[in-house]
Amino acid sequence: MSQEENKSLFDHGQPTYAEVNEDILSVMLETGPKYWMLLGTMASIAGIFFFMPWFYQLIVGVGAAGMNRNAVWGSYLSNFIFWIGLSHSGTLLSAVLHITNSPWRKAIYRSAEAMTLFSLMTAALFVMVHLGRVWYVHWSFPIPNQMGLWPNFRSPLMFDVMAITTYLTASSIFIYMGSVPDFAAVRDASTGLRRRLYTIFSFGWRGTAREWHTLGWAYTFFAVLVIPLAVSVHSIVSWDFALSAVPGFHHTIFAPYFVCGAIYSGTAGIVTVMYCLRKFLGFERYIGQVHLDSLGKLLITLSLIWSYINVLELFSTWYGGTSFELEALSFRLTGFYAPAYWEMILFCAFVPMLMLTKKIRWSWNKMLVISILINIGMLTERFVIVATSQPRKFLPGAFGYYVPSWIEISITIGSFAIFATLFLIFIKWVPAISLYEVKETLKPLRRDA
Amino acid sequence: MSTIAEKLRAYSKPGYYDEFDYHWTMTIDLDRCTGCEACVVACQAENNLPIVGEERFAQKREIKWIRIERYWEGEYPNIKMGFIPMLCQQCDDAPCETACPVYATYHNQDGLNTQIYNRCIGTRTCAVYCPYEVRYFNWFTYTWDEPLEQQLNPDVTVREKGVMEKCTFCIQRIRIAKDNAKDDDRRRVRDGEVVPACVQSCPTEALVFGDSNDPDAKVSKLMQDERGYKVLEELGTTPSIVYLTKVHS
Repeated sequence: MSQEENKSLFDHGQPTYAEVNEDILSVMLETGPKYWMLLGTMASIAGIFFFMPWFYQLIVGVGAAGMNRNAVWGSYLSNFIFWIGLSHSGTLLSAVLHITNSPWRKAIYRSAEAMTLFSLMTAALFVMVHLGRVWYVHWSFPIPNQMGLWPNFRSPLMFDVMAITTYLTASSIFIYMGSVPDFAAVRDASTGLRRRLYTIFSFGWRGTAREWHTLGWAYTFFAVLVIPLAVSVHSIVSWDFALSAVPGFHHTIFAPYFVCGAIYSGTAGIVTVMYCLRKFLGFERYIGQVHLDSLGKLLITLSLIWSYINVLELFSTWYGGTSFELEALSFRLTGFYAPAYWEMILFCAFVPMLMLTKKIRWSWNKMLVISILINIGMLTERFVIVATSQPRKFLPGAFGYYVPSWIEISITIGSFAIFATLFLIFIKWVPAISLYEVKETLKPLRRDA
Repeated sequence: MSTIAEKLRAYSKPGYYDEFDYHWTMTIDLDRCTGCEACVVACQAENNLPIVGEERFAQKREIKWIRIERYWEGEYPNIKMGFIPMLCQQCDDAPCETACPVYATYHNQDGLNTQIYNRCIGTRTCAVYCPYEVRYFNWFTYTWDEPLEQQLNPDVTVREKGVMEKCTFCIQRIRIAKDNAKDDDRRRVRDGEVVPACVQSCPTEALVFGDSNDPDAKVSKLMQDERGYKVLEELGTTPSIVYLTKVHS
């Protein structure tokens, strides 16, 4: 790494090793009333908007939501895809950038990986909310039972269960392993119960050359393992749709389409989270223009790929010329949910092109707005896929419509609060920026520096 | 010992059966169908289908294992109306069966696509995958006002909320007929011995039910009719029900 590159990672001059520790650990170790208020608010929103309607739905039945005979899948499933998609930023991006040795990854990857973890958990919650009889959800796991029944391994939903649990496990291990030296730093900086706790968390890390070496190869090993896993997860989620014959779902392009969309919305999610970290935790010194610029460029690339796949989907449907598919296409482009479709095109294909100018790409406030718009677009994208195809399949006599009920809207809002709550808990337990990897990017210490 | 290739071949067969014991089939003569919906009512009574009420009907949450779809041809005043009774097609290559993660729906030895209510966890994937939209979900736990609960069929389960259900070809009647056949020291169920509720109630005998493995059965002969076609056959679902198209003079 050249000196110029190194310098540009930090906007406000390079911190010393001690300053890195102090800045990042103080977020963990010093908790003010503002934090508790925010945490309380988020947890209450999650409770009131997510869990209470869900509880009501559990009592009366899934009919509390707006789904009906024609649209048995609704916003719960589109939200599930959205959260799974958001999870694709962190671990995947972190792993790819680790392997390609990008220095700008080091300040942001810990929070990005945490995003993965928490959005996966939120997504899993949506599966629970979606199910008709969630109290039997354990039947989707291969648990030996007296009936000798196994799950159906031909079912794409079964693939889902496997893929998501594997991804959740691998991501948890990945983030934990990368945090071990930082847990040791927390241990060294704290006293009492916290010290004892972090002694256990850090597995007695001492920072010997051998330990660093082992961590290094184990981390790279996991990074390589996680990449195909992440790609497979969203491919499999797309197969929930693509393996059916439903017009509008039945596309071979769906797997790459979903993976690309997932990374896209995930990267936009990272920008949003980075903004909050800077704003509320005072990480301006560590997350700087280089990070924003790189994420912006990545978003432009992903936006172009996403738009290309969208055009391809339209083209192949038109070129295929099946009457069912054409009907589904025309409903999507001009039917009841056409405004949602065109909103998605506007937010995900055109708005990101603003980032081509450096002026916008380098402005945190403008990037925040764009990143949120992209994620609104991606949320709509999943909704449009679910809501326009499946109520109008083959038999015109059974055509219907689907409008989400207030319970679904409330649960959607609540899910964001759940994510925020989990993230707020996370920043008090794990250093939100990797201490040791930021230190790796510092220039060697000199007496005159 | 079978080779892996043989196992794979066996695995790809519908329901893994070389041959179905019985292959229950129906023919529906659209020329005879008057759209009277007697079959719909009969099914409702036989299979303990809930009465969902006006509001939920308007929300399209009714449960009708067999429904009559109306199609209009031409422009007013030269208009013609056709009816298609639509019920579970008992597909041999049923898309719903592969979709269920917990095997709540499977193919039985009689070529029927069966639904096990107790095993269903309500992912509703089967209903999405079904091209005929004949799977119905219990959005609520329904109750029967007095004295309607007195008419519930004791041979059929009453389903709770969160469970998918669909036409079974009146499997309870098939079971009774097979039991009787066994008790009478007979080896096969005779043609006409099993009559599902919808077939029984059809005033024009548009619906005919039987075992297509029996070449002498009425249904096997009707299936050979040149008017016969299967709905959405091009999707490769291999439906069991044969429709006899309407002939316009």
